[in-house]
Amino acid sequence: MNVSPLGIAAATLPSPIPAQRCPVSSGQLLTACRLAWEQGGQLVALWASDDRDRDRGFCLRVLLRDSDGLTLLEHTLPDEGARYPDLSLIFPVANRMQRAAFDLVGVQCDAEDQRPWTWQAAWPIDCFPLRRDFEPSPKWEAGEEDYAFVKVAGDGVHEIPVGPVHAGIIEPGHFRFQVVGEKVLRLEQRLGYVHKGIEKRFETLNIEDGYRLAGRVSGDSTVAYAWAYAQALESISSLDVPARASWLRALCLERERIANHLGDLGYLGNDGGFAFGLAQFSRLKEQVLRLNRDVFGHRLLMDMVIPGGVAHDIEAAAVAAMRRQCFELRHEVRILRDIYDEHAGLQDRFRSCGQVSPELATKLALTGLAGRASGIAHDLRCDFFCPPYDTLGVRKAAQSDGDVAARVAVRFDEVLESLRLIETLAEAMPESEIIVPLPEVPTYAVGLGYVEGWRGPVLIALESGPGASIRRCHPHDPSWLNWPVLEHAVIGNIVPDFPLINKSFNLSYSGHDL
Amino acid sequence: MWYVLKQIAKTGIKTERLPEPAAEMVVAARLHEDILRTLGRALTIRQVDAGSCNGCELEIHALGNPYYNIEGAGIKFVASPRHADMLLVTGPVSKHMAIALRRTYDATPDPKLVVAVGDCGCTGGIFGESYATLGGVGSVIPVDVAVPGCPPSPTALLQGILAAISTAAPRSEPSLSSSAQPLPETPIERTHRIPLETPRDGTI
Ligand code: SF4
Repeated sequence: MNVSPLGIAAATLPSPIPAQRCPVSSGQLLTACRLAWEQGGQLVALWASDDRDRDRGFCLRVLLRDSDGLTLLEHTLPDEGARYPDLSLIFPVANRMQRAAFDLVGVQCDAEDQRPWTWQAAWPIDCFPLRRDFEPSPKWEAGEEDYAFVKVAGDGVHEIPVGPVHAGIIEPGHFRFQVVGEKVLRLEQRLGYVHKGIEKRFETLNIEDGYRLAGRVSGDSTVAYAWAYAQALESISSLDVPARASWLRALCLERERIANHLGDLGYLGNDGGFAFGLAQFSRLKEQVLRLNRDVFGHRLLMDMVIPGGVAHDIEAAAVAAMRRQCFELRHEVRILRDIYDEHAGLQDRFRSCGQVSPELATKLALTGLAGRASGIAHDLRCDFFCPPYDTLGVRKAAQSDGDVAARVAVRFDEVLESLRLIETLAEAMPESEIIVPLPEVPTYAVGLGYVEGWRGPVLIALESGPGASIRRCHPHDPSWLNWPVLEHAVIGNIVPDFPLINKSFNLSYSGHDL
Repeated sequence: MWYVLKQIAKTGIKTERLPEPAAEMVVAARLHEDILRTLGRALTIRQVDAGSCNGCELEIHALGNPYYNIEGAGIKFVASPRHADMLLVTGPVSKHMAIALRRTYDATPDPKLVVAVGDCGCTGGIFGESYATLGGVGSVIPVDVAVPGCPPSPTALLQGILAAISTAAPRSEPSLSSSAQPLPETPIERTHRIPLETPRDGTI
């Protein structure tokens, strides 16, 4: 994004993809966002930091993305009384991020919606955990909050509250449905139940160790998060990782994508009333996880990616086993895809269910795999060339129906494409070291990591402190952008279809609640 | 339909033998042998995510796949705590989930078993104790069996579940036929640095 016509100065920001950093006034913040929106840009993340110890008040950070790369707008709020303009008027998805920024840092927004988002009465509402002078007290008891859900009135309208503890083995969150008969008029989500204080926890860690916590922000995306963390730290320290390390990272990332997509395809079949699908796909997923264990020593590949490289090398026999598995999986996935496609009952449940039109998807900044099912053809692996994806020619999945069927199709396409990528990666693994030592990390440097995980792009924004400490680390899951879209996707559908629609997005609670 | 049947026939039976119960995971033996014998035949489990990173849930899901086939062993996951004999709880307990966890425990009929899952469920793990978390599951409800690992493998989970319902008492005292034992205090470390010695893949 070219910000110079707005009179905004830009500096380069350490990041694996082109990125700039711009200090902005409150007026410039608003005009820059508006310009980005008009030019097809999107909001990626919004968060705040407490910089009062460096006499800089609070810093509000807004990250935008367009085809040129990333733009980080930094707006200084001199004290806690200062307010910044409501960006949700331009990017509706900013609403929850603004509320969370208040709950955690206490920076105030001009928005009409002042309800808490992350806060649920576990600490006093006027104490802000991410402020540097925050002192938790052992006397604080977890309380219960009275959240102001939006009410819908009218003849025959009733309300169904669901959660936080759900019927299946899924993460906790609360859903409030307003329905007439079986039809959903409105859904409102209430998240934050698995808020674990991850961002504060980062600040107690050594910057070289942070990758382990990053890899546990959302366990299903551990490779994507650890890689994004490593990218951020390596960008700050201007470190290039050895070629073999980035190939191994990509191998892990694609295996993570395959495992999650296979799992989801099974559950989507099951939720559509076809238990055969679950048995078959969960069998294939288990085969992937077992080979992960044999080759990398961990079924989910946790702690494989570390700053400077990767934890283990793999041998030629392991590479051969992976190629063999790709060959077998492709064969099986194709058979199962045909069975899914030709199963009338399943297609009846999938088609036109939980539809998100491309227009709505653009308006609400839908991202990742759900975005690619609604005509938003973004994929970091193809849009910006980071090694080793620059040599692989990744083929983007592109569907536009925006329904459950489209999200199923994207998963099938991506599994097959990832199998191809793994084969290509395995064919020509460069010979080199797999890890290099991290040079000294500069103090007060900000860097980004941005990786296309299986669910969508995973962001890590990292700021170093003195003595290789972490001053601030903000992990940002693609689920932040996609949760609000799910509220829209269910409107007009029937309540019993909700589990299917929800599963077709399969969003992270832990990655969002932090 | 023909292709479905063909695929089923071609796949064959993948289910593996159940592992042995892991006596070392037992932290408290609270139930009488006769009750355990009844429970052991058909067990219903209510899973509660009290704050996990969702990694543990992935491995709990894996228990249902054809290799572990937990339903084939007479163990079923149920939708309501009122139908459950056992709670399988993950996560460092987030403060936002503490009340829901306590209520779930209260709603589960006696006699009930609690299995804490993962390093986080055992001690708070990497997240430790903070303004937002209370540490291990034992800080909120009594725990019978603790299954370490990050996340524990499906085999370790099975070993833990079987240990909780096994009439084969832990080799060392106390024996399960003795009367209820007080729960030993769950050690909760306030982790300032990440415990780097955490076993990979829950090797136990
Ligand atoms: S034990 Fe590991 S996998 Fe399980 S919740 Fe904790 S961090 Fe996640």
